[in-house]
Amino acid sequence: MGKNNSSTKETAPDDDSKDEPLFPNFNNFFTEVTLISKFTVNIFKNIFRPPYEFNELLKQCYNVGCRSLPLVGITGFIMGLVLTIQSRPTLEAFGAESWLPAMVAVSIIREIGPVITALICSGKVGSGIGAELASMRVTEQIDAMEVSGINPFKYIVVTRVIATTLMLPVLVVFSDVISLAGSFAAVNIKGDVTFYLFFAQVIESLDFADVFPAFIKTFFFGFAIGMIGCFKGYNSNKGTEGVGIAANSAVVLSSLLIFIIDMIAVQFTSLFQ
Amino acid sequence: MKIIPINSESSSEPENSSQGKEPALEIIDLKKSFKNNKVLNGINLTLQKGENLVVLGKSGTGKSVLIKCIVGLIEPDNGELKALGINILEQDEKGLNTLRKKIGFLFQSAALYDSMTVRENLAFPLRTNHTITDIEIEELVKDALENVGLLNAIDKMPTELSGGMRKRIGLARTLILKPEIMLYDEPTTGLDPITAKEISHLITDIRQKFNTASIIITHDIACAKIVADRIIVLKDGICSAEGTFEELQNSSDPDVRAYFE
Repeated sequence: MGKNNSSTKETAPDDDSKDEPLFPNFNNFFTEVTLISKFTVNIFKNIFRPPYEFNELLKQCYNVGCRSLPLVGITGFIMGLVLTIQSRPTLEAFGAESWLPAMVAVSIIREIGPVITALICSGKVGSGIGAELASMRVTEQIDAMEVSGINPFKYIVVTRVIATTLMLPVLVVFSDVISLAGSFAAVNIKGDVTFYLFFAQVIESLDFADVFPAFIKTFFFGFAIGMIGCFKGYNSNKGTEGVGIAANSAVVLSSLLIFIIDMIAVQFTSLFQ
Repeated sequence: MKIIPINSESSSEPENSSQGKEPALEIIDLKKSFKNNKVLNGINLTLQKGENLVVLGKSGTGKSVLIKCIVGLIEPDNGELKALGINILEQDEKGLNTLRKKIGFLFQSAALYDSMTVRENLAFPLRTNHTITDIEIEELVKDALENVGLLNAIDKMPTELSGGMRKRIGLARTLILKPEIMLYDEPTTGLDPITAKEISHLITDIRQKFNTASIIITHDIACAKIVADRIIVLKDGICSAEGTFEELQNSSDPDVRAYFE
């Protein structure tokens, strides 16, 4: 049958198989990797194929971006504040207190900002996407789209993955700025540094090699969050129990992927430094 | 009801798709297994245009699998499936999607999109047809809702609707594409007897109004009595009995009679 490959549910490994593999966990791991790879290929196949779902994409960008702003903002502010307060005694001990803005800025922009924001979005957005798609699967909404002649993979999955890929860098930039504001507040708890002086030191301490790779990797973080959330939700089974499993495993797997991507990005960046 | 062309792609379909003497649906030797469980074991079935066919059978006998095979949600292992003269199993993605627009499917849970209003739910299947203007879509949505008597629910969210209303809206969403074949998966399950009767009469009204051929899967004998022109009973993956309501009610087979007692 001319089955819609892009919308076909990727089947999970067969639990009831009579031929029990020697290392079932290894087997399941490679099956999962294969299914995720196929899912990713399907996403790229469908991105460039019309019709384009601009309205749904905008809606998802709003859901992912705007609705995450308060959480990302609050955690970003606390992150900058705490990092500054915790670092101050050590720098004071070396008589390098004046380096505080520079040290905090490099830490936040290069590493902590992108990773912490991505992890927060993995928890908020990734689990949300996983649960939403799994519940759509359970209540046959995805099947209903398919039988009305609409490609549910393109409408549901592709739009969400693009939205997370585009919105995460925006959220990270927002989080970085708020974190630096938090750091500025922390510096002024014990000291008296002007806004101009603080940010002059921050900008002076950063160069292109700090900002650009950190920004680029956030696109990959966003893609991982959206793709894993959609994969787990779209291929959910086991009824309502599957909704919880999808949400949970989306967070766990996307968080793991974020660290793996970060490790690769750091290795890759270090080649050019 | 205002006539607006819905399936613009249908011009590329074979000319005999909705004309001539072909039955609306023809199923030959359909087989489907899940692991070692043979669910459909060679189903043969013909559905004539304008006919209401009720499928009875115990839970797990493959009634839902049968209609999911028809719309391509499940791929059969073997057999032939022809809808409106077109072999479903030979269609590519585009062909299958075009054919799906001519086959309406009412899910047991109605499967309304939670994140959309009733208006958006009904307009959703029309979105791929770029020849219809927004004004025409609005008219079609209102017409479809009038057909099921729920025009006042147009701006409600699915969570605000009762079970019966959800079924009606699901039916309206299916009818908006003016399908030539309707597949109902337990349309009255979970409804009170009065609402179930209303839905059953709605199914017969739809047949009279749009001359659709329908397969109705149900356990509700009262519903079957109202809607059925013909009934088949599924057992062990095949059609074990076939006839009108009265014929099967007086069947010599105690297993068949048990459904009517």
